[in-house]
Amino acid sequence: MSTLRALAKAQALAAGVAQPVATVRHLHLAQRPLVLVPLAMAGEAHAPLAALVGTAPDDARLLVVPQPRNRDQRFRFVTELAGTVLPWLDGFRGVSEAVAVDRGRDVRYRYADAPQLWVPNPAGITFLRLLGRSTRFRRPDGEYPVHPAVPLLGRWLTFFAERAEQPGSSALLAMTDALTLHWATGQSAVEDQHLPALLGWIDPPAGSTGVEAAARAEDPQVCPPAGPATDPEFDNVALAPVMAAWAAADDDPAARDEAYAELVRLLRGQLAPTWELMWRGLGLLGGLPPGARVAGRWAGDRDAFTGYAEHLDADGGPQPRHDGAVAAAVRLHRLERAATSYAVQRAYDDPLVMAEHRLAGEAFVADVTLADPGRVDDSGKRPVLRPRIQVVTTEPVRMPVGATLWSTARPGQKAKVVFVTPAADGRTEVVLELSGGMGRGLTAPPGSVPQVGERLCLTTLSEAYLPAGTFPAAEETPWTHGGPPTYDPPDVVSSVVG
Amino acid sequence: MTSTAQRLAAIRGDVPPKRHNARTIAALTGNPGCARRAVLDGAGVDKTALAQRVGFPARFGQSRFAITRGNAFEAQVKADGGAELLRLVAQRLGVPVPHRASWTDLGGADDLPDRRERSRAALTATGPDAALFDHPLLGLDVAGQRVHLEPDLVAARLGGRFHVVEIKSFPVIDGQADPAKVSAAAVQSAVYVLALRDLLAAAGRDPESVSHDVVLVCPRDFANQPMASLIDVRKQLLVLRRQLDRMARLDDLLTAVPVGFTVDPAVDSVTLTAALHTVPARYAPDCLAGCELAYFCRDEARGQTGALGRPVREALGGIAEVAEVLALATGERAADPEREEAAALLRAAARLRADALAGHPA
Repeated sequence: MSTLRALAKAQALAAGVAQPVATVRHLHLAQRPLVLVPLAMAGEAHAPLAALVGTAPDDARLLVVPQPRNRDQRFRFVTELAGTVLPWLDGFRGVSEAVAVDRGRDVRYRYADAPQLWVPNPAGITFLRLLGRSTRFRRPDGEYPVHPAVPLLGRWLTFFAERAEQPGSSALLAMTDALTLHWATGQSAVEDQHLPALLGWIDPPAGSTGVEAAARAEDPQVCPPAGPATDPEFDNVALAPVMAAWAAADDDPAARDEAYAELVRLLRGQLAPTWELMWRGLGLLGGLPPGARVAGRWAGDRDAFTGYAEHLDADGGPQPRHDGAVAAAVRLHRLERAATSYAVQRAYDDPLVMAEHRLAGEAFVADVTLADPGRVDDSGKRPVLRPRIQVVTTEPVRMPVGATLWSTARPGQKAKVVFVTPAADGRTEVVLELSGGMGRGLTAPPGSVPQVGERLCLTTLSEAYLPAGTFPAAEETPWTHGGPPTYDPPDVVSSVVG
Repeated sequence: MTSTAQRLAAIRGDVPPKRHNARTIAALTGNPGCARRAVLDGAGVDKTALAQRVGFPARFGQSRFAITRGNAFEAQVKADGGAELLRLVAQRLGVPVPHRASWTDLGGADDLPDRRERSRAALTATGPDAALFDHPLLGLDVAGQRVHLEPDLVAARLGGRFHVVEIKSFPVIDGQADPAKVSAAAVQSAVYVLALRDLLAAAGRDPESVSHDVVLVCPRDFANQPMASLIDVRKQLLVLRRQLDRMARLDDLLTAVPVGFTVDPAVDSVTLTAALHTVPARYAPDCLAGCELAYFCRDEARGQTGALGRPVREALGGIAEVAEVLALATGERAADPEREEAAALLRAAARLRADALAGHPA
């Protein structure tokens, strides 16, 4: 927790309403997102109970499992879910765009748009991950055959759950995470996980404060939990008797229909409020202008979608249960790079995020007081253009001489700290030597060197390309990491029978 | 009756004390600095009823589906005289599966002294044979009080060593389970290991014959097939031991509690509320998951930075009151010398936030 964010929480508590911690939206908002609100049966090892799913506020499809302990009914639920999700996914595979690769010498294609999936909270993401895990190894033939859509949906859900681990991806998002990325409430992080309370703080109903709205949202009688866990009181008082009635009416179709209708009514009553909140949350996020680098990250999601669709087209197998040593190292490296670049991009996109780095001494804002745009360094073999500027700041400068800084206005240009001199009334003068972003000649093009009077934000955070690491092929896994992988024993398949 | 016991009885009022269990002990060690909780738990107060009386009912229901499933899984694992359980535990420990093992159910009649004695006799009786003990009654000293534990678990004696076996119905999927549930199970098991060691030590036996490796039996993947995992609870034992030792003895705590303090259910709710406020609590958001009184304490702690979470409080320089944080940040209030550093940070943060929100500088 940064001090800036903590202060925003304190301000939210005093103001009675959530306070912004971002001035732009740091995630992509799709035109046609799929919202999924799942419920799971308490106590079971991941048994779906119900879900509301759809791509528009007035287009919610309710899926219900009358007896979640029954394996066949669980897979019928998955098949029905696949009936909504798979056609929606296919809808993004119409239009492709060409992307130049290898410095323009080659071209590859990716889909012009990609699917975006929303769930209420991180537990919803875990639900989808486990639903993917429990279905992706299933087979349409053999001992316990399932509908062919079941393993396909399982692979896609696993794909989404893996994307959700990647910082900056907008493929599968939890609403509580998305909202707390942009607003700070006057309650703790634990309480922010409860979507009704969180939205109560961000957008309290007219005439009430965030505290009151959040307190009201905590009563499960008024605001059912946003899933996947159900309210135990609801389970005991409402759900259990109806489930029992449904089970008891085994050979009485009329009674069974009646019990089923009641079950549908009950579960819709639990899910509908969260469904409304999801679309309200999307509306609030839509009110923020997107950050400049959001589209670039979304292109990464589109690449990933394209790649996985092609993998499935080529009859690619399901994601393994465990990564091998090399795959795990590659994944870790990829996630670390994504985390680093996401943090930098957010700071470059958003002065309020950059302010956190300024407070931490990783950036400062300064005015240019002197500029020598034509300075040439001819001490080396051949002369090079190395303009110098002097900036003055009121903020503490914690960077040592020799450090390399970047300016948010010119991300391609390096600024090396040459002198740091304390000046009058607490100000600091910094002399910087610039390189890059000025063409190849010995004269800087206009605008490429900051002018006197310009205000700059200088930071140690670099947007420079992070080169990808090199890793051995799986069959060349070094002995230190267990050596090349051996074939998975056949018990892998038998153990996933659920 | 000692004076402490009398004092606690007066606090509790005219009702029998509520029994502790491993879960409440584990939670108690989670927030050892909370005097309110230590006193109420030490006195065996029914905190659920108390929270209801003061208008902040706890929200810990348990779904009957979860209870049914938990019981069914436990019955399945313990079925057949524990034959399957014995095989799972022995295989996980890497010892030969014994041909037979005795099964002693130490549960049953609610006669505490008798059960305690039976448990003690059964568990301290020497014997090289493999043996399983179901529902043993154990005891532990918590905050100066003897607390009886009725674990729903099995103590397994294999090769002369005891292992605590905990049966839980949350699944282990691809070798991974919900970390929060595993750590809760680990702390609870550590409570039982400690109690079992106390029991053996009191009988002059080697307490180290109770292994620090507890066996957790859970359903594997998405099926009902049980699997056993080993959890090393040495760390939990250390934490537990240290916190139990450190937890102020109730006698000392009671000296700070106003004379006449009582949460007797016969008292009206206004008086109860006023009485509770006289015993200091240490609320943190984690309390919501573990303590029945958490909503009451949260309401009381409104306006405290700690109620927003410990990281928030730390990031705000450890200043306790939100109002003071804001006054220091705007410069309305001058900081005393030892807070000058925190105040400077807050002023800088407030200025940066205001600048960025006002749209300048870029």
